[in-house]
Amino acid sequence: MVGVQSIDGLFPTIPEKYKLKNTLNLPPPLTEWELDEQMEQLAGKTAVSPEYSLFLGAGRYDHYIPSSIRYLLGRSEFSTAYTPYQPEISQGTLQGIYEFQTLITKLLEMDIATASHYDGATALAEALLISLRKSKEKKSVAVSSLVHPHYRDVVKTYFSPTEYEIVEIPFTKEGRTDLDRMDSIENLAGMALQSPNFFGVIEDLKTAGEKIHGRDGILIVSFTEALAYGILKGPGSSGADLVVGEGQSLGIPKSFGGPGLGIFASTNDLMRSIPGRLVGKTRDADGKMGFVLTLATREQHIRREKATSNICTNNGLCAMTAAMYMASTGNTGIRVIAQQNHDKAEYLKQELKSAGFTIPFDGPTFNEFIVVIPNGQNTYQRLLNKKIVAGLPIEKYYPQLKDHYLLCATETVKKSAMDDLVRELAS
Amino acid sequence: MNEKRGASGLILNEPLLWEKGSTGRCGISIPKNDVKTSPLDKNMTREGPGFPDLSEVDVIRHYTRLSQWNFGVDTGMYPLGSCTMKYNPKTNERQASLKGFNESHPFLPDALSQGALELIYSLENFLKEITGMDAVSLQPAAGAHGELTGMLLIHAYHRARENQRSKIIIPDTAHGTNPASAALCGYQPVNIQSGEKGILTAKSVAAIMDGDTAGIMVTNPNTLGLYEEELPEIAEHIHEKGGLVYCDGANMNALMGILKVRDLGVDIIHLNLHKTFSTPHGGGGPGAGPVACTKNIEPYLPIPRIVKKDNGFRLDEHHPESIGRIMTFYGHFGVMVKAYSYILSLGAEGLKKASRYAVLNANYIKEKLKDTYHLPYDRPCMHECVFSDENHRSYHVSTLDIAKRLIDYGFHPPTIYFPLVVSGAIMIEPTETESKEELDQFVEAMKAISDEAREHPEYLKNAPHLSKVKRLDETAAARKPCLCG
Repeated sequence: MVGVQSIDGLFPTIPEKYKLKNTLNLPPPLTEWELDEQMEQLAGKTAVSPEYSLFLGAGRYDHYIPSSIRYLLGRSEFSTAYTPYQPEISQGTLQGIYEFQTLITKLLEMDIATASHYDGATALAEALLISLRKSKEKKSVAVSSLVHPHYRDVVKTYFSPTEYEIVEIPFTKEGRTDLDRMDSIENLAGMALQSPNFFGVIEDLKTAGEKIHGRDGILIVSFTEALAYGILKGPGSSGADLVVGEGQSLGIPKSFGGPGLGIFASTNDLMRSIPGRLVGKTRDADGKMGFVLTLATREQHIRREKATSNICTNNGLCAMTAAMYMASTGNTGIRVIAQQNHDKAEYLKQELKSAGFTIPFDGPTFNEFIVVIPNGQNTYQRLLNKKIVAGLPIEKYYPQLKDHYLLCATETVKKSAMDDLVRELAS
Repeated sequence: MNEKRGASGLILNEPLLWEKGSTGRCGISIPKNDVKTSPLDKNMTREGPGFPDLSEVDVIRHYTRLSQWNFGVDTGMYPLGSCTMKYNPKTNERQASLKGFNESHPFLPDALSQGALELIYSLENFLKEITGMDAVSLQPAAGAHGELTGMLLIHAYHRARENQRSKIIIPDTAHGTNPASAALCGYQPVNIQSGEKGILTAKSVAAIMDGDTAGIMVTNPNTLGLYEEELPEIAEHIHEKGGLVYCDGANMNALMGILKVRDLGVDIIHLNLHKTFSTPHGGGGPGAGPVACTKNIEPYLPIPRIVKKDNGFRLDEHHPESIGRIMTFYGHFGVMVKAYSYILSLGAEGLKKASRYAVLNANYIKEKLKDTYHLPYDRPCMHECVFSDENHRSYHVSTLDIAKRLIDYGFHPPTIYFPLVVSGAIMIEPTETESKEELDQFVEAMKAISDEAREHPEYLKNAPHLSKVKRLDETAAARKPCLCG
């Protein structure tokens, strides 16, 4: 039928000299059962709870995920579909993402949210670029030194081919961004800070907003722990223009750091400047309610080099997951779970204080905080041997903060595990 | 033809989430609190974000009903050109959900995450072998993110040589992401047209390549499904003037085990794990867009790199020339697990077979349909073929109408109106996982639609008829955007 005698004849346009003579050097194929065995062995080489007691957060958080969500994600009509270019047979994805966008606007008290971004860091980088494109004249942005260090790294990468300047704002004794230090910086198109910040401290967003708006700049609020907004006021209520962050906490497994969920929310004013897909409500030819991808004129497949971003495939299924999680907790549940996170972390903080440890920053925190562990390196290693991971050493990111550790306690951490941690640290 | 596959059946209407439920319901088991409660300052808190309260069964029914309004690869053939919608083996999902992968924390000390690091390291090696390149970073989150990474690498390469350049050559057949990715790095895209045969000519590239051009972005096979025969010569012209060759590997499904792109003079290539390596697309991601490059580009790859030492695998950040991090952690690890499982399941012979069958299937469709649909480039194709609506325009039937009518026949429409070089393009990529029976059914559906176009054009213009909703008013959606409820 196709005009060749054998399958080898199928590649007439490829010159013989480029065709591989040997087979690729890859391991021999495995049966499903051999694969199971090999993968279980590999997966077994990674430390997970309950064998290990983990007090790690810093951008990936351990939260309970109900079986109902895992079950729904097994609906392959969602997982094996492509981007919903054909809305008539993609209404499931489209309504689901429209609902996700809506729930995110409620969570963050913002006007609109996109269908998702890659992760919190890439969303922040693109948000900062928007502030510069909006202002045209200005060439600098301010970024708090308490934005997650990896997020700041990603911002630097995205900015490296540009001429824009990133100015880092130092922090105060409370563990908050030193907003007074902004006053002396010229030419600011925008200001980004994270709340709760990398030290776990909740920032004074209102003052930050007043300061940057007074200078005709854009307030960008970033976050790594979306669950905090189950109880905290949304950044939109403090005047944030763009809110960008990580939604992994909303029902998505840690999965060694990805995929997570980049969240991108904005005011109506910035609707046509934001990157990525947006789902909008409309009607079909019979007048029935339906949903489509919309405002595509911002996007790369229409605008090519003049697009607001190059993003195409995003993290859609993670957005669906987050919507399922928010629908499952509801208003009542998310507030209770968020409160429990705070309760656990406060308990651990108080116990450590009582045991004589220093809590160096006294600003209010959500589910993470910094503690000083004297002789940190040895102690950390000693606890590792007992299968306790005592948070994240942060000296690497803040060389002046020797022996400072970032601890996290979520609703999954039991009192007994925290008591063990304090006892072992003190011993 | 056998009984037409598309049929109407009972699906249920379902309101928006917030039109359901009742205050106080909860669809998650609330853990017991074993410590005393510590209220936060009232000035910082609120009564909750205003979500609806639903029970577990409310949530399950809601999403189950929504899922039934969707069409996935598991539902049927999805011949979306340049998207490689092949079947996703279910064992891969099982592997990715193993506790040691799924629940591993990215900030674990290296010694405690050896399994995850070994997997990334091994997958990098597999991709090196498949492409022939020297080094791989699995960090990019998607194809366009891989392109951006590639552009950053090119930028860093020229900067290190104190020879920064302002332009980049991009053919007219390129994905829209190519110029957008280049623009993010400040490059001015220089458009170049493909030649009569639907491929680039070395002559036209040589004519515009100069010392201010950073390189070229080329897709091979290109978006017409054609092999870029002159690529090695094009690469020579680019290299001669100090430029680099970037290959968009979205269409790698045609080439696995057939050739190594490195041999064609490619310096950097991105792959799409969610296309070629069978990880599900998720209705819009998450994907993964790893980047492979040659030795001279390797110093600029994103950090952290994964290295193998005597005492095991480590994350290594000490690469002073690196472009830096491009994601918070190490990329979409969960997606990598699935691609790794896919390669282990197929092995070298299996991958080669996949590419051969992908090409065979596309050529079969091309031959079967070329007497019915206009085929602008009648040449041996690779993994996809591009038709147009030219034969049907006299009935006032367009590519869009044909695509929408395919839905009634139970097939996902092909990619339409792309590439832009073919007016009214219908780009069909069947992939290797469709059987001959399936392809024959598709061909019959396309032929039946062609007949209908002649006999009942109005019927096509109002298609689809069997889907949950009819054609949607996209103009109204964009004019007065309603983006949340």
